[in-house]
Amino acid sequence: MTRAAVIRFPGSNCDVDALRAMERAGCDAYFVWHRDEDLQGADVVLLPGGFSYGDYLRSGAIARFSPVMRAVQRHAADGGPLLGICNGFQILCEAGLLPGALLPNAGLTFVARTVTVHVDNVDTPFTAAYARGEVLSLPVAHGEGRYVADETTLQRLHDRGQVVLRYADHDNPNGSVAGIAGICSEAGNVVGIMPHPERAADQAIGDDPGHRFFTSLATWRAERPLVST
Amino acid sequence: MSYRVHIRVMPRDGLLDPQGQAVEHALSELAFEGVGQVRVGRAIEVDVAAGSPAEAEETTRQMCERLLANPVTEDFLIAVEDG
Repeated sequence: MTRAAVIRFPGSNCDVDALRAMERAGCDAYFVWHRDEDLQGADVVLLPGGFSYGDYLRSGAIARFSPVMRAVQRHAADGGPLLGICNGFQILCEAGLLPGALLPNAGLTFVARTVTVHVDNVDTPFTAAYARGEVLSLPVAHGEGRYVADETTLQRLHDRGQVVLRYADHDNPNGSVAGIAGICSEAGNVVGIMPHPERAADQAIGDDPGHRFFTSLATWRAERPLVST
Repeated sequence: MSYRVHIRVMPRDGLLDPQGQAVEHALSELAFEGVGQVRVGRAIEVDVAAGSPAEAEETTRQMCERLLANPVTEDFLIAVEDG
């Protein structure tokens, strides 16, 4: 059974949702406290949403120095699947595991609503179960989600297909450059997204368009041998 | 010896600063005339034990590069207080 570690920082608040979403996807999911340095044999690691360390200084800036992040860095360097959602995405950028940064929303308000996003890259462990170009309705809830990067980085992201999720043209909630809602690392194993698929992954609370983010791993693994040869 | 170091972290020129724009708008609403561009950053004070002001500045520069400023979006200025 796939072992899924959900990292808990002080101030994480989407950790239980993320754990449940992984369980519904058939994983053996468990929490790892940010002071721990052992991921306990995790096959996949999730950095959930929330307000780690009260968002002090900058969102994600302090969390990246948590002891557990050393193990998370190693997991990512070894090609291990790693997903950061919302605050988790901010932490991945601050830690240098993903390029760019997330700044206060252009409208200055905290945005909590459902947005329309396009899945641009389906060659990641979290989007492999979607179709390229598939359109999803997913919730966002953030005050600092405006993705920015310098011109060179943006060009590279586009050239290498590292934009994973993109807000629909009329539905950019935060002023992100090029409507970027989620990106992946060059190798594709590290993914950061602002929308919350874990909040839309259970039919019991409505629709479940986010469910496949958590079932994609099996599809991705099955496809890897073909991709690497 | 301990030096008090003042750090100013500002959003990089050219990046949208919605907070600065909102303050700019509010100043206009208060009928302050001649208000140009407003930008909002962050001020940090750190007491640093060092052998000289130059050493305190260098240590602080490393703090800025590693934590206090985001190299993607922010620039910083450092001033070491005299004596």
